[in-house]
Parts: sequence; structure tokens; C-alpha cells
Amino acid sequence: MITIQKYVRAQTLEEAWQLNQSKRNRILGGMLWLRLGKGSINTAIDLCDLGLNTIEETEEQFSIGAMAALRDIELHEGLNAYTNGAVADSVKDIVGVQFRNMATVGGSIWGRFGFSDVLTVFLALDTYVELYKGGIVPLEQFAKMKKDNDILVRLIVKKTPCKVVYSAMRNQRTDLPVLACAVSCMNGEYRASIGARPARATLIRGDKAEGFAAFVAENAPTESNIRGSAAYRTHLIRVLVERSMNELGGM
Amino acid sequence: MEIKLKLNGKNILASVEADTVLLDFLRDKGCLSVKRGCDTSNCGLCTVLMDGKPILSCSTLAVRADGHEIHTLEGLQEEASDFVGFIADQGADQCGFCNPGLVMNTIALLRENPDPTDDEIRAYLAGNLCRCSGYDGQLRGIRNYLNSRKA
Repeated sequence: MITIQKYVRAQTLEEAWQLNQSKRNRILGGMLWLRLGKGSINTAIDLCDLGLNTIEETEEQFSIGAMAALRDIELHEGLNAYTNGAVADSVKDIVGVQFRNMATVGGSIWGRFGFSDVLTVFLALDTYVELYKGGIVPLEQFAKMKKDNDILVRLIVKKTPCKVVYSAMRNQRTDLPVLACAVSCMNGEYRASIGARPARATLIRGDKAEGFAAFVAENAPTESNIRGSAAYRTHLIRVLVERSMNELGGM
Repeated sequence: MEIKLKLNGKNILASVEADTVLLDFLRDKGCLSVKRGCDTSNCGLCTVLMDGKPILSCSTLAVRADGHEIHTLEGLQEEASDFVGFIADQGADQCGFCNPGLVMNTIALLRENPDPTDDEIRAYLAGNLCRCSGYDGQLRGIRNYLNSRKA
């Protein structure tokens, strides 16, 4: 159980950043994961007044505010037209509608949780994160970075022509995934983003469709946990990537 | 902290601790339809509507409701009565513990999608767990209710 001494709705990103420099303060996302933790938070910093809950679309890109809810990306017509529904597919089995109305894109991406369907799907796209102090960083690089006291402002998805397919294996519909998989074809390159390994999602690239599933299975490290063994996950990678490649071929 | 919100149509000014969750605040205000179930954001028992959208009150800070409109089942009696009466007649209601959350989320579903398919009903209500009676009965009850509205 967590306790919170003070709650502040930051009025500027600078105010939020200043408050976030103390280790005893925390930025709130949807609070769904944070609330399951333990400890005492001195100041809970809420970004809800900063207009970061919107998704803006231009001809070149989508700009997804850190406070946009998972339900927002699930229902966004432009984003799902661009990804052929892959973004909606990636979040549709995350608990329930109520949960997805609360969980934020920023919370999921910032947490770089191993089980994150959200990190997995965006990693397969031409995606960047905008950090308040750190500037714009490719998501692939951000996914490998250690957590610091910066602030994730928004996610930027470039409209680079691509085809993408999302799939995941769950033991039960609304459970965390045993394995998450997003495969895309962009600029002649195949990209497989493999999440819930159970470590955080990683990106494997290749330039040939033939043998790509086996290549990804050989190169994506897996481990065992309560939901599945490393060997089972490696088998799943091969199956899901193969299916995704077949689907990509038909697009 | 002082918060100002509209609860079931009435303006409320209240003082809450920074870590008071909305569920506890609402029950203190007499909204006893809002139940604490799993307390881990998974079961949907504590569902309320914030600005018309279903959320989990067990995982929402009361201070985050400041400036927003909250509806619990107490404030939606009229909208819920047809549906609740119908599924009770069908023997498809859940027990009094889980039922308010199911009813709240069904109201949200029907506002968003007045004529859902069975798969859409299953998908929308996937976040409402039932502790005793199951799911097929509720799906059948909702389907029959929707069919009865078309007749």
C-alpha cells in the first residue's frame, strides 16, 4: 500500500520537473500499477492540467500526449487506420474498458514494463519519445535507458509507410501476456518487437522474409516465470512471428 | 485538500486526504453501491462514471475527481431500472456484491454502443468479474434485453 502526503497538479512542465527531482516525489500516470506498490510518496505530481491527454494527427505524424488513455489509442481512427488496427489489437485485452480509460500511454511507456503490450506495438513502428529535458529520442533507445528524473511528454509516431501486425499469447483473456509480438515491414526492413519475454520488449531486425521467424526466435532472449517457461516463449516467438509474416504478406 | 465535484447531479465541496481513493470518498458520501472487491484494479466492482466514462474508483484518487462529474448507481436509478428489472426477471443478474459494477458498465456500454453484438458485449464487460453466478447468463440477459427493445 502506498501513502501520499501531498498532491500537486503541476501548472507547467518545469514545475513538474522541479518537483520530480526529489526521489520522494512521484509523477502519476493512471496510478494502476503505482497503487499496487508499497511505500510513502511525499508529493504526487499530476500532469492532468497540462493538456497532455490528446492525440494530434498531422500529415507526417501522430503526437500522443503522455496522459492519453489506452482507450484513446484503442479508439483513435487515424492511428488505427495507419496501423490497420494493430494499436487497438495491442490494448483490447488489457483488463477492461474501465482500466483502459485510466491507464495512460505515458505510464506504460515510461515504466518500460516487461509485460507492456503498448511498448511492444510502438517499438515496431517509427516511434520517438519526447522527454522534457532529454529531447526527442527513438523509442528503441529509450526502451534500453535506465529510469531517471526526466518527464515523458509525448510519444511521436511518424507516418512512415509500413505494414504492422500485433499478436499476443495470454493464458486468459484479460491476464498479462505470456508473450507479446508486433511485426512490421518498413522501408524494406522487417522488424519484430518481442515483449513479455518476460523482460521488456526488444526489437529484432532483418531484411529477408524467409527464415525471419526462426531468426527472431534464435535472437530474442527469453526467461521463465509463473506464466511460462523460456523454451515455451521461444516456441511462441517462432509461431507468432511466422503467423504475423503470413498476415503481412496478405496485406 | 479541498475538492469540488458534481456527484449524482449535486455540487459537492469536501475536504479529503491526498491519498484517499474515490471509492472510500463515495462510500463516505453514502454511495454504498460502490463496492471494494479485488482492490487491484481488476474486477470492475467499484465502477463509477467520471464525466460519462467508466473508471475504477478503487484506483482513482479522490483529488483527481476535483472539477469532474461523478455518477454512481445511486444517481442512475431511472436509467438502470428497465435493464436491471429485465435481467432480474431473466435470472441473469449477479448477486448484490458484483451487480452494481456490472450495471454501471452495461450503462456505459449502451450509451456508447446502443446495439452491440455479443462479441462487443463480451469485450466491453471483460473487466467485470463475477464471483459466483457466471457470465453466460448475463450475456443472455443483456441480449434478450436488447432484443426486447427492438420488438
